[in-house]
Amino acid sequence: MRIIFKTNYMQDIRPWKDRHQLTLYLILPIVVAAAPWWLDDFYLGELTNVLIWAIAGLGLMVLTGHTGQVSLGHAAFLAFGCYANVVLIEAGVPFLIAFPLAGIMTGIAGVTVAIPALRLHGIYLAIFTMALSILMDDIIVLSEPITGGVSGKYIGGVEIFGHLVDRWGTPDQFFWLVLTVAVLVTLGYINLLRTPLGRSFIAARDSEVSAQAMGVDIARTKMISFALSCAVTGWAGALMGLFAGAFNNETFSVLISIQLLMMIVIGGLGSIHGAFLGAIVIGFLPQFLSISKEYVGALFGGNTVAIPGLEFGIFGMILIAFILFEPMGIYGRWLKIRTWFELFPFYRKDMFKRQKSYLKTERLR
Amino acid sequence: MSLLEFENVTLKFGGLTAVDDLSFEVQEGEVFAIVGPNGAGKSTVFNLISRFYDPFVGSIRFDNHDLLQVKPSGVAAYGVARTFQNIELFEHATVLQNLLVGRHRHRRTNLISEILFTPSARRQELENREKVEQIIDFLDLQANRDKMISGLPYGVRKVVEVARALATDPKLLLLDEPASGLSVEETTDMRWWIDDIRRQMGITVLMVEHDMGLVSGVSDRVLAMADGAKLALGTPVEVQSHPAVIEAYLGKAS
Ligand SMILES: Nc1ncnc2c1ncn2[C@@H]1O[C@H](COP(=O)(O)OP(=O)(O)O)[C@@H](O)[C@H]1O
Ligand SMILES: [Mg+2]
Repeated sequence: MRIIFKTNYMQDIRPWKDRHQLTLYLILPIVVAAAPWWLDDFYLGELTNVLIWAIAGLGLMVLTGHTGQVSLGHAAFLAFGCYANVVLIEAGVPFLIAFPLAGIMTGIAGVTVAIPALRLHGIYLAIFTMALSILMDDIIVLSEPITGGVSGKYIGGVEIFGHLVDRWGTPDQFFWLVLTVAVLVTLGYINLLRTPLGRSFIAARDSEVSAQAMGVDIARTKMISFALSCAVTGWAGALMGLFAGAFNNETFSVLISIQLLMMIVIGGLGSIHGAFLGAIVIGFLPQFLSISKEYVGALFGGNTVAIPGLEFGIFGMILIAFILFEPMGIYGRWLKIRTWFELFPFYRKDMFKRQKSYLKTERLR
Repeated sequence: MSLLEFENVTLKFGGLTAVDDLSFEVQEGEVFAIVGPNGAGKSTVFNLISRFYDPFVGSIRFDNHDLLQVKPSGVAAYGVARTFQNIELFEHATVLQNLLVGRHRHRRTNLISEILFTPSARRQELENREKVEQIIDFLDLQANRDKMISGLPYGVRKVVEVARALATDPKLLLLDEPASGLSVEETTDMRWWIDDIRRQMGITVLMVEHDMGLVSGVSDRVLAMADGAKLALGTPVEVQSHPAVIEAYLGKAS
């Protein structure tokens, strides 16, 4: 059991608990940044993909995990960010301006959506945002002059300081670009959670009435949460577009929205770790499945079998298992295991008991 | 000087008159209690002050401001803090985080300075923490500081709610049944805390409470309500011996 003696308020304000943790969190990005040297190009691409999903997960986590507003429509914002970025670049805006701008524009789009969404709670909000995601498909087709309609758009690579960064040509540089965005978003998120705004998100999530009584303007808070969430999701979308190289109206389907929500639930709602852990599951599940399919195929002596929709089905099953047995996600499970070791033998089963789900909001009457 | 003024306030829920032409004033520095049977409209009075409902008629003034002009989230800025009858804490946050939300009305930073965690944001966090620590010391919550609310027993939650309200640095503290469900010892603690909140911190207290021992122990004046209307108002002894109050509690004799 590790005991931390606190002698200074900064020890609680700092994002790390002790020197151990700080060292770990400094080494981790360095090891990851060195990935081009210890991973081949295929797995580097996979890792890049995982990081992009993690950024998208961080975006949705702000809204769903920390503000308690379920969104099944975030693929629409991925699409918005992706198209905004490429359209701006095509218009001659340099990438280093187009990219931030794409996120900001997506944030503004998010606020526009938030205005009607503010009246909705729980399942109704989920349905509303899901409808939005479905609608986005049509909007992209209809605005063909900008979006290229069903034939979609293509982007080869982007220029950063006169240097061409391309997923295929310079996979390591593209990876560092994504990693930089992921690190910056994570740092901003950590800061958010240790300052008044982040706490007001949590307050609005857990009890709207008492948040109001503490002076938190619920409508404004949710609006800012939508804006931040959509901006980050927009950046993830822009990176997804660059990663894919080509995309059209079907790239960001409602299935992506659902997958994104599943991802943060599996990873662990209400934690930054959850977004990353969920992204790792989502990113490496296809590999894991194809490897295990080979094994199963070999076991029965036949060829590998192809089952359509298997990936998504297995993913759904994992999700159901998590909701039933570990609603706090992978990160929650890890916290429990860690606490068990730290407190051994004093761990109690009810230590992490959850009394209410995140989806509840209204409780005045 | 009167800090809070209710003037002929009426509120109806459909056909039910929850608050009926109610007038009273709370003086600065006093402990003012509202008593009455269940459904008398006591919590509704609190919810009116919190601006969760708009009264049909009447005016509510606080510290020379017309409260009816502000949004629910604007009430705290004037210096009104409250607890809830059915505890409303932020369940999936620690005690410390809950109390820090109480500091929200003193926020000076904005979105950008918070995301960048600028020196001013850091300074603000340290100040907030210092204020919150004083309250943690005052209410003996040190052992629970880093615990999640969802794992805390009922009695501690009640205290955390009071602490969170105090963290806002209020002029007026509204306590909705602070002792309900508490053990005898916990109720005694609460009694002394309420006394200290008024004496040491100089905060005016308006509370709803059923425990008459607690009410007569700490309050200067008592308002008795039934069916949304005022029955009697005066010192605890006066109100307890008032014929209308005895009738409301015990039913009509004969
Ligand atoms: N939001 C509401 N909608 C309808 N009726 C309500 C609402 N809030 C309170 N009431 C009714 O108003 C009356 C007063 O309630 P309340 O103020 O909670 O009583 P108490 O004095 O026990 O705190 C009760 O009859 C209650 O049922
Ligand atoms: Mg009540």
